Amino acid sequence: MERRLNMAKKESSFLNMVLTLFMVTFIASAALGYLYELTKGPIAASKLAKLNNAITQVVPEFDTIPGSEIYKMGIDGDTLVFYPARKNGELVGTAVSTFTNNGFSGYIKLMVGFLPDGTIHNISVLEHEETPGLGDKMQKNKSKWSIQFNGKNPADFKLKVTKDRGDVDAITASTISSRAFCDAVDRAYKAYMEGGKK
Amino acid sequence: MSQWKNFSKGIFKENAVFVLFLGLCPTLGVTSSAINGLGMGLATTFVLVMSNLVVSIVKSQIPDKVRIPSFIVIIASFVTMVELVMQAYIPALFEQLGLFIPLIVVNCLVLGRSEAFASKNSVLSSIIDGVGMGLGFSIALTILGGVREILGSGTIFGFNLHMFPVDEEGNPITMIVFVLAPGAFIALGYLIVLINKINKKNA
Repeated sequence: MERRLNMAKKESSFLNMVLTLFMVTFIASAALGYLYELTKGPIAASKLAKLNNAITQVVPEFDTIPGSEIYKMGIDGDTLVFYPARKNGELVGTAVSTFTNNGFSGYIKLMVGFLPDGTIHNISVLEHEETPGLGDKMQKNKSKWSIQFNGKNPADFKLKVTKDRGDVDAITASTISSRAFCDAVDRAYKAYMEGGKK
Repeated sequence: MSQWKNFSKGIFKENAVFVLFLGLCPTLGVTSSAINGLGMGLATTFVLVMSNLVVSIVKSQIPDKVRIPSFIVIIASFVTMVELVMQAYIPALFEQLGLFIPLIVVNCLVLGRSEAFASKNSVLSSIIDGVGMGLGFSIALTILGGVREILGSGTIFGFNLHMFPVDEEGNPITMIVFVLAPGAFIALGYLIVLINKINKKNA
């Protein structure tokens, strides 16, 4: 056993080791427990703010508290969450949190806002891992690409890229990302029309 | 060794990234922009200083045979603290760094300094060592992130430099490869060449 010079090390006896590890883990967990309680509120608040921000972006002006009314629908092994927005009690739009697994790097999560008749009001990207400079042009702050969906009703606007004989102009050099984006929007639209409308 | 030397070795002679090649996983993973590199560097610096401090205080109380698990628990606690605080107060940066924050636990730089330095030196020396090493790591990550951001996105710390031609939609045509994984290796390689050259001249 290596022993360092000029240092009164505690002996590696069984009792010493058990006691040391107990003390180290006990103090560590106590400190973390305390900090967890301390940061629980702010973490929940920042998550809620992000959600509210996404909802507000994609539906028309409303006066209800965003996220106060939600319902869920299980589909394709995941859940779509619906956030209806009302003004003076009247439904003005529904934000749908939707997803696809067909992105160039897998999972993409979007928030799609529908008007009561199914017209797309706006779309915001919540999560994605697409290639920077190519697929990430689906983000509003990177390019204006996703604006082409706004005001279109999927009933007469085919949610497929032009290569697949749809009406969506794909992002240059990112057909797979564009297809995935359409897939996610289409999933939200179908779920919304099939019973997501309340 | 004077304390100044102790401090500056982490920045130049024993720079974690450019000379010792420690902690390369987060180095290559998060440095797609200067701000990400800086954020990651500062988070690691905090963990490094705090774990060096605690390890140097408790070093004589920890039996040799369980020192590595004890160090890891100490390091993991500080990493979790960084994670919680970041998530609560700077969620935007937390989202960018994401998975790489918990991975600071296994950053061999942090455990390496605890084991090789803090467990053998005084509290003051250990803190100075942690600050120096952490600063060197932060500087390296920021430089690497800056180079990749300038070449790959045409911006630095988010400011547009207008150095690339733009396409018909107004998006700059940049060298995208530099914000992707291969660009990390290319940029790091050239930076290491540069640092080696400077170090050789000074030696």
